[in-house]
Amino acid sequence: MKTKILTIPIQNEDLEPLTIGDIIYLNGYLVTSRDDVHQRLIKQHKKLPIDLAGKAIFHAGPIMQEIEGQSGKYRVISIGPTTSMRMDKYEKQFIGETGVKLIIGKGGMGQNTAAGCREYKAIHAVFPGGCAVLAANCVEEVERVEWLDLGMPEAMWVMRVKEFGPLIVSIDTRGNNLFENNKKAFNLKKEALVKEICQHVDYLE
Amino acid sequence: MDTKEQLEKFIDIMARFTVYTSKYLPDDVYAKLKELRVKEDTALAKIVYDAMFEDLKLADQQDRPLCQDTGIIQYFVQIGTRFPLIDQVEVGLCEAVKKATILGPLRHNAVEVFDEENTGNNVGKRIPWIDWEIVPDSDEATISLYMAGGGCSLPGIARVLMPLEGYEGVVKLVFDQITSYGINACPPLLVGIGIAGSVEVAAKLSKKALLRPIGSRNSHPRGAELETRIEAGLNAIKIGPGGLTGENSVMGVHIEEAARHPATIAVGLSTGCWAHRRAVIKINADMEYEIISHRGAVL
Repeated sequence: MKTKILTIPIQNEDLEPLTIGDIIYLNGYLVTSRDDVHQRLIKQHKKLPIDLAGKAIFHAGPIMQEIEGQSGKYRVISIGPTTSMRMDKYEKQFIGETGVKLIIGKGGMGQNTAAGCREYKAIHAVFPGGCAVLAANCVEEVERVEWLDLGMPEAMWVMRVKEFGPLIVSIDTRGNNLFENNKKAFNLKKEALVKEICQHVDYLE
Repeated sequence: MDTKEQLEKFIDIMARFTVYTSKYLPDDVYAKLKELRVKEDTALAKIVYDAMFEDLKLADQQDRPLCQDTGIIQYFVQIGTRFPLIDQVEVGLCEAVKKATILGPLRHNAVEVFDEENTGNNVGKRIPWIDWEIVPDSDEATISLYMAGGGCSLPGIARVLMPLEGYEGVVKLVFDQITSYGINACPPLLVGIGIAGSVEVAAKLSKKALLRPIGSRNSHPRGAELETRIEAGLNAIKIGPGGLTGENSVMGVHIEEAARHPATIAVGLSTGCWAHRRAVIKINADMEYEIISHRGAVL
């Protein structure tokens, strides 16, 4: 297990030595992009209002608060990761079209994303789920927001972050997939355990 | 106090109670997480538990919702037939949610179906969700609040099994769902299982099972035994905090049941994440309150 700090813009060479299970921290820009942003780019072919090449996206829907007396200026209250698997359907195309290098979220992503990470040299990493105040404390400034018409959780929030993490690499540039590996191991154990419990539940008369 | 003053007081209490729920875990959940944390010895599991407890500390110090997903607000109301505000509880809870959304602040989570618009105040059609139980000869209301986040709602499932699939079918469904969807739902999880005759009863009971304190057991000896067996079995899979492997998988397994139809075994499954924001408040006829889930809580 290695620990490394990544800085925006991220180069392929920064990512290639990383392996699933490594710990990273991020310096630079982080932009929230979840269901609706993926839908708008990939399904509706709308142009993103932010250039994501070499940057990092965060599968997250934050609680933001407008700063009193500063219209349009926000501070982050709470910003933990959301379930990444929801974006798996579009993520490969999303990586291809945007050139995004680091995808941060929660839980695993599927074969589609792993293929995208391998082909375009990107990685997926997880921030510990639910730890939203911890994450908010790694945000230096919310610089701007785009597509706020989607509502607070779905908008694109552009944040400057410092040592944002811990982030655990879950898919690396070779397409190795930590959660898929874990899932296989869990399922192997499952069969025997279910069988054992089922020996004790013959309640039907 | 006239009715208007009583209603204002009720709204104020419930708004502050709702905000409080977003910032502090109930005593039983906190104690269970502490117990599970010390059993871990791998680097990844320790990193995740350290992050969780640091987050709880920061949420307290900085007075913020501990998870950004403050959920769809659900109230499970046990209402005394002589509770003075019985006619206004629903209106009062909607107002309390609007107030709490600003006061928290809570995330805007109510999206109207078909219009696909976020209402921006956590109130929408049939939301906050209110579940009613009538308590005869009582002038009190006991209200359980649950913040149903997206992540922990995703593994939810309900199905009607054929009786010859037996209770074995129930066990299999639970294990299949937890090892696939459950791992992304912020484990260690609280697992709620409902068993009944039709799908909506089973689903509702699975959520009510999540409202029971951790450590409590099903009232039927077989139910209690099945809870213990499924809990031990899921823990033996060693899903670990955040699904990153570890010594355990769940905070608990709770089953609630209703008599079934001879031709069906319906099963419902609901999951709660480690950040299980569930709270219970009792309000009497004078609008004095007691928070049962969080000892020493001050609103």
